[in-house]
Amino acid sequence: MFGSLTKFRRNTILAIRSLWLHKLRTFLSILGIIIGVASVISLLAFGKGSMKEALDSIKRQGATNIVARSQKPPDDSATSSRSFVAIYGLTYRDYEKFQTIPSIGLHVPMRVFPREVRRHERMHNGRVVATIPQYMEVNKLEVAVGRFLVEKDSELFRNVAVLAALTADKLFPFDDPIGQAIVLNNQEFLVVGIIKDRMPTGGTGGSQAAEDFNSDIYIPLTTSRRRFGDVIVQRSTGSRGAERVELSQITLTVDANVDNPEERKKVKAAGDLIKEMLERSHPKNDWAITIPLDKLIEAEETERSFEQLLALIASISLFVGGIGIMNIMLATVTERTREIGIRRALGAKRRDIVFQFLIEAIVQTSVGGLLGIAAGISVVYGLPAVAKWWSPEKTIPAVLQIEPMVYSFFVAAGIGVLFGLYPAWRAAQLDPIEALRHE
Amino acid sequence: MPAIVQVQRLIKNYYLGAVTVNVLKGINLEIEEGDFVALMGPSGSGKSTLMNILGCLDRPTNGEYILSGRNVALLNDDRLSDVRCRYLGFIFQSYNLLPQYTVVENIELPLMYQGKQLNERTRARCIALAKLVGLGDRLDHRPLELSGGQQQRVAIARALVNDPHVILGDEPTGNLDSTTSVEIMEMLISLNNAGKTIIMVTHENDIAANARRVIRLRDGQIESDVRNRN
Ligand SMILES: Nc1ncnc2c1ncn2[C@@H]1O[C@H](COP(=O)(O)OP(=O)(O)OP(=O)(O)O)[C@@H](O)[C@H]1O
Ligand SMILES: [Mg+2]
Repeated sequence: MFGSLTKFRRNTILAIRSLWLHKLRTFLSILGIIIGVASVISLLAFGKGSMKEALDSIKRQGATNIVARSQKPPDDSATSSRSFVAIYGLTYRDYEKFQTIPSIGLHVPMRVFPREVRRHERMHNGRVVATIPQYMEVNKLEVAVGRFLVEKDSELFRNVAVLAALTADKLFPFDDPIGQAIVLNNQEFLVVGIIKDRMPTGGTGGSQAAEDFNSDIYIPLTTSRRRFGDVIVQRSTGSRGAERVELSQITLTVDANVDNPEERKKVKAAGDLIKEMLERSHPKNDWAITIPLDKLIEAEETERSFEQLLALIASISLFVGGIGIMNIMLATVTERTREIGIRRALGAKRRDIVFQFLIEAIVQTSVGGLLGIAAGISVVYGLPAVAKWWSPEKTIPAVLQIEPMVYSFFVAAGIGVLFGLYPAWRAAQLDPIEALRHE
Repeated sequence: MPAIVQVQRLIKNYYLGAVTVNVLKGINLEIEEGDFVALMGPSGSGKSTLMNILGCLDRPTNGEYILSGRNVALLNDDRLSDVRCRYLGFIFQSYNLLPQYTVVENIELPLMYQGKQLNERTRARCIALAKLVGLGDRLDHRPLELSGGQQQRVAIARALVNDPHVILGDEPTGNLDSTTSVEIMEMLISLNNAGKTIIMVTHENDIAANARRVIRLRDGQIESDVRNRN
């Protein structure tokens, strides 16, 4: 054992030396391996990076949330043409029913409508969100100054408002908004707080569009109902319509840990239950339900299939790289026939020759693997830097992972064994006398 | 003196398609320990063929070859390799050093294939042998930086490193000029005087004159076998 270990070490040193004699050739023969490994590592890093960004955005929306939303029924013959007011959507009754589901921890009803908001001569086309204090928790909002809505605001039907960053900027470019009044529908509201800038969520498909929260104006739901009622008159270009919608959206948060597959089932079950309840009470199909977790699962599946595709590409490119190595090794065996004859004459057994050439192949592919890892790392760090320099607002997310490097290294070494074996065997089959005669 | 090499009814045929080439036609030969044999004969008479068999690089078609008391005619490839690196030393006409290795590393090579642990002791032995052949100041040179004569001296040192029972040389002076040949022959003579058994092929009578015994081959058979007196 000890003997074979030193033999291995010695052969490795000798292999490195004889490869060093032909630096350029060795480099060219392992180029395939280098490129293969480098592209696997960098593609995986970039793939992981953009996937992580997508997952983070889903998690920002609340991965355990279930969002039920009102939507205009697809075939709305009853409301659109004959009557002036379109009646549809989620109701307070739905909201109460949802509260009976035990796995759901938070229930946040919302009434959302666009409305222009004024303060003296300034005006902003805002989005009024009438809701309850828990809204902040569910949407992971952070207060910049002042406070968010509180229970007392709802109980007392207070005319208070919390502004999103952009709304605050537009209406109060120079002074502190807290304690000042704004006007909504001819009603005065007292500004009590400002929300920090919030990243927009990506569109999550289905009926939910990408949301920008920065023009929001948050007011108590009870106040909204009392002051504005459930009928909202929409003024859009050309047409004029009114809608009667009790609640625009109900966001429900399930108590579950998204990273645990068992707990994910709870979210799914709650989602199914809500769907069932809505199907029963709203035959008109005037609602939609979004479960961000579904998107999360979908994204994770995409990631997995991306990785599988990459593994396929990797094996093809490493296979091609291996053929390159084999080609060079066969040429080397021919070129070094005389050396083989000399070694055999001096007492080398066939297996010594096999060992020698096999080690040479493995050293080549392992070095190729290491250089490929180094090249991959440089690409992962270099490309985003170059992109940033090229256009500063561009960011390429990348997450460098250790496992692919370890795998690539061993796969590269394995390629050496696989594709070095035949040339090494050929070398060992040479007749010593014939080989010695070779010029 | 006991015979270190015993060859009986040695036959070597080559089969080229349907044609059988009968190269060695029943050689009987005994060589004693400490002898110095020159093998001569016209080109194509089978000298190299015989040397390859004596050197365990090739197997006879028929007959017996007993080296140091063991029949090696029928050993398999691995066993023959063992015999080569333990009991035999080779000196070739074209030196046959490995160009990528230094002088010392070339000398070391047979030890490596003995499966020996290479360490300071073996390294010291190689250096001592390099000094013995007059290359003490060229230890880390590579073969291409040496003259033909110097390369052949490295080859001699390499042939000695395993302390072989027999040293075999197929025209070891064939590529050298006469002055260098004389130097090499002097080296072989002193090795023989120190007790080494040497068998070498040569075409030149004045080289053969240095040997104790001259065997002439013709057409795959021993034509004459003469002891030099000196
Ligand atoms: N592998 C082989 N296949 C067929 N014939 C061979 C083979 N090797 C040698 N011979 C034949 O055997 C005969 C003897 O060859 P050998 O090399 O032993 O001659 P030699 O005495 O060493 O000649 P030289 O002095 O030219 O070196 C030659 O006729 C040669 O053609
Ligand atoms: Mg010959």
